[in-house]
Amino acid sequence: MEWETVIGLEVHVQLATRTKIFSGASTRFGAPPNTQACAVDLAMPGTLPVLNAEALRMAVCFGLAIEASIAPVSVFDRKNYFYPDLPKGYQISQLDHPIVSGGRVRIELPDGSSKTIRVTRAHLEEDAGKSLHEDFHGLTGIDLNRAGTPLLEIVSEPELRSAQEAVAYLKQIHSIVRYLGISDGNMAEGSLRCDVNISLRRPGATGFGTRTEIKNVNSFRFVEKAIAVERERQAEILEQGGQVVQETRLYDPVRNETRAMRSKEVAHDYRYFPEPDLLPVSVDRQFIEAVRATLPELPDAKAARLRTDYGLPAYDASVLCASRELADYFEGVVATCGDAKTSANWVMVELLGLLNRENLEIGASRVAADALGTLIRRIADGTISGKIAKAVFEAMWAGEGDPDAIIAARGLRQLADSGAIEAIVDAVLAANAAQVESYRAAEAQKRVKMFGFFVGQVMRESKGKANPQQVNELLRRKLDGE
Amino acid sequence: MSISEQQLARVAELARIRLDAATVTEVTRRIGDILAMIDQMGAVDTTGVAPMANPLDATQRLRVDEITETDRRERFLAIAPLSEEGLYLVPRVIE
Amino acid sequence: MHELSLEAIRNGLARREFSALEITTHFLDRIARIDPQLNAFITVDREAALAGARAADAALAAGTAGPLGGVPLAHKDIFCTDGMRTSCGSRMLDNFVPPYDAAVVERLAAAGCVTLGKTNMDEFAMGSSNETSYYGPVRNPWDRERVPGGSSGGSAAAVAARLAPAATATDTGGSIRQPAALCGLTGIKPTYGRVSRHGMIAFASSLDQGGVLARSAADAALLLGAMAGFDPRDSTSIDAPVPDYRASLDADLAGLRIGVPKEYLDAGLHPGTERAVRAGLAELERLGAQVREISLPHSPLSVPAYYVIAPAECSTILARFDGVRYGYRCADPQDLFDMYARSRAEGFGDEVKRRILVGTYALSAGYYDAYYRKAQQIRRLIAQDFHAAFAEVDVIAGPASPSPAFRFGEKSTDPVTMYLEDIYTIAANLAGVPALSVPVGLVDGLPVGMQLIGRHLDEARILNVAHRFQQATDWHLRRPGGID
Repeated sequence: MEWETVIGLEVHVQLATRTKIFSGASTRFGAPPNTQACAVDLAMPGTLPVLNAEALRMAVCFGLAIEASIAPVSVFDRKNYFYPDLPKGYQISQLDHPIVSGGRVRIELPDGSSKTIRVTRAHLEEDAGKSLHEDFHGLTGIDLNRAGTPLLEIVSEPELRSAQEAVAYLKQIHSIVRYLGISDGNMAEGSLRCDVNISLRRPGATGFGTRTEIKNVNSFRFVEKAIAVERERQAEILEQGGQVVQETRLYDPVRNETRAMRSKEVAHDYRYFPEPDLLPVSVDRQFIEAVRATLPELPDAKAARLRTDYGLPAYDASVLCASRELADYFEGVVATCGDAKTSANWVMVELLGLLNRENLEIGASRVAADALGTLIRRIADGTISGKIAKAVFEAMWAGEGDPDAIIAARGLRQLADSGAIEAIVDAVLAANAAQVESYRAAEAQKRVKMFGFFVGQVMRESKGKANPQQVNELLRRKLDGE
Repeated sequence: MSISEQQLARVAELARIRLDAATVTEVTRRIGDILAMIDQMGAVDTTGVAPMANPLDATQRLRVDEITETDRRERFLAIAPLSEEGLYLVPRVIE
Repeated sequence: MHELSLEAIRNGLARREFSALEITTHFLDRIARIDPQLNAFITVDREAALAGARAADAALAAGTAGPLGGVPLAHKDIFCTDGMRTSCGSRMLDNFVPPYDAAVVERLAAAGCVTLGKTNMDEFAMGSSNETSYYGPVRNPWDRERVPGGSSGGSAAAVAARLAPAATATDTGGSIRQPAALCGLTGIKPTYGRVSRHGMIAFASSLDQGGVLARSAADAALLLGAMAGFDPRDSTSIDAPVPDYRASLDADLAGLRIGVPKEYLDAGLHPGTERAVRAGLAELERLGAQVREISLPHSPLSVPAYYVIAPAECSTILARFDGVRYGYRCADPQDLFDMYARSRAEGFGDEVKRRILVGTYALSAGYYDAYYRKAQQIRRLIAQDFHAAFAEVDVIAGPASPSPAFRFGEKSTDPVTMYLEDIYTIAANLAGVPALSVPVGLVDGLPVGMQLIGRHLDEARILNVAHRFQQATDWHLRRPGGID
């Protein structure tokens, strides 16, 4: 039977503030347990929350980036449930009056088409601490450093129809928050986490099937796999005439399966109500416009500009715009060398190749954009060949200095002196008199391959430094008498 | 409105308060009395009245994003019921 | 020495008529001698108090003392004190030693006050008789068979028995004004947001407000001035300058418009209390005020609305008492749920649990609109009543509590009867306006109080009216018999 997959994502983005959303404790990742949990974070009696201005600014920034409405007045609520990593016994969140509502995110699909996914809302809330299940005499350890870290929860409409679309959407959210500088987006450290709501229905149906929620799927690859296996599981149930149970499930990457959460948790009743320790949050026009003025160029706009300004193919433009840093790097290279297409090739092939090999982000590149630009210029001006340039690039990566220094130190400058090249050509022809004979006797078709032999010999004699064009011309003249 | 013993059991579960079987009938009755008193609210029509969550007619003040707190872990853990290696310990949490 | 006003103590210390150590020792000795009969204090740290007094004396000698340098006072055990156990009257916090001071404690320490100890209270401030305290009931110094009122009953009894010159207190639905009335004191609950709630253990965040129990309006004005003011740690703290409340105490009452809500002089009021309050109003007229009847039409609904809102807020703010990070944890929990459910069942008393259950129910799915939302709508109607009334009058006056002090057990068996103790006080909390109670007479030898309610941030006015009243009467100077 055929099924349509209906997917909505709830993405939790940790905002890159210095301090917690409601306290002045640091949000730095990786500190020893409970050293960054202050009295407010620990819900000590009588302690009170005060909203971090920067968290609010970042939420507004995101809302503007996805063309959403920013609520002039938004309200925080208490969401009540007991859990050891939730110190107050409630999470301060936003229910009826979120700061951001009604935005849109465009995704590019592998077949070259694009689709717009509507974002229902994005609201501010506080993160919980962490439960550590290593064995403490059969007990669980609680680290509350993360408690109170600001989160922006971004909820999409159920408009995603495949795992690929879900991943493309998540990547786009990832890219946007990093462009905006409101999150480091580090999924391994939990800075960006994803809950997947998924249900199936018959193609053409307008209603929705019963959905399950897969919690905390925290990499692009796992999102793809979790959706695939959950889709499979639900299809099997439905095809056997069964019913999907609405429940929360976990994705187990080791077994590549989803399973219902085991907690015998009492069915939730969150009892939301307006948080009386905080007052309504007011955001005026002036503030919104001030934030808007700081918005950087976003991935879609930047890719479009790279296509028009530099004549890049759509694919190259989208690859280069995956992150703001990469696009900036590319533009830095072009600014130095002036050749966009060559720059794009070098960045996408050589640079990304080395970065991937060493698992580094663009920010950690060992070759600066202007240095790469200079290298490309040295190809264009005939100082070195493209092949030599790759060796120079490796040396630059290894920290041997700027391209000109490496070319000079290793003596890689191309021989452009025609007299010197001619001497080498003459020597090669003299040393290979028999081959010259058979070349001249051969048919035109065979000559092409034999000609390459002489070129190779000359290049070897010159240690690769002879200008290949000049070598070609000289050989042709001397062998063919042209 | 009244409350049944079953409803009270559910509420007690939500509130994480163990009810003593010997007193549950008494507790249910007392809470029923309170709810009956609360029902006086029905005497006034509140259609169209905006709920008032806080007596202050003001908006939220914002805090500058600067670190003001230092590590006071040892002081805090000293008053914890059970801790080890800098962590609060609780009975095993099952996900 | 224990009859001195705060102003007199301050002057005596400044003129070196006595030292901070002497006066602190004097009160500590009285506490040691008299408090066993009253149970007004939960914690008295004599050594800490004496050390504080010595430091105050040093500051006085060096000329660096604050405005209340060396003045001893007691704190309600709801205010966190760094290094000193803060129980909130609960077994849940019997072992809780806060690593921080409440803003009120900080401010008064900065002003130079010496802490005598922490006073008894209804558990988590939930009660009107001080019978719900884990540390046992407080006895009313006027009649030890009777309650002192609550929840700030320990502070009230301590000040009435001259065990402290004044005390801090809190008021969520009448917890300062009702004990003030029952113990013959002047007690003020300022405007919501006037005194920082930082470090004040919360019962209902949108209603709780710190204030003062003192023997006169002048003392209350002095102490409140030192406590009040903006605190960036409390989002509901009002960022407005604090006037010198003492400067306006003597202002003339001529032409002052005082409204008496007809709903406050209803059938539920004890006839003796009514007579005393009417006499008090007549006195205010003699002082030049114009007294007229007004209406606060929704005030009869303040009790039901309050008993939704306060329990709803308390059911969540008390969720932090879960046995994980501080406070009581049950022995040998079988699993996580058992740890929560038993720690909370054993750590909280009956009244606290009752309110948590009512609040949880009122917020739960399917009931929110009928209970919580409805109550918040009525809250707005009540606030609008005040707004309309204050367009016509400057101050609202009436009884502070329905009757004089009652006997132990008289109301504690039936929660609803007890809840009606706060029938005249709750509305001011719902609306957030300032209100105080002044002694207005004796009924069968027991004090009764008159409540004065002011406009938003107009504490100065109600303190002024109370002070002028006290200049003309001597009810506030009466003292309980049997206390030397």
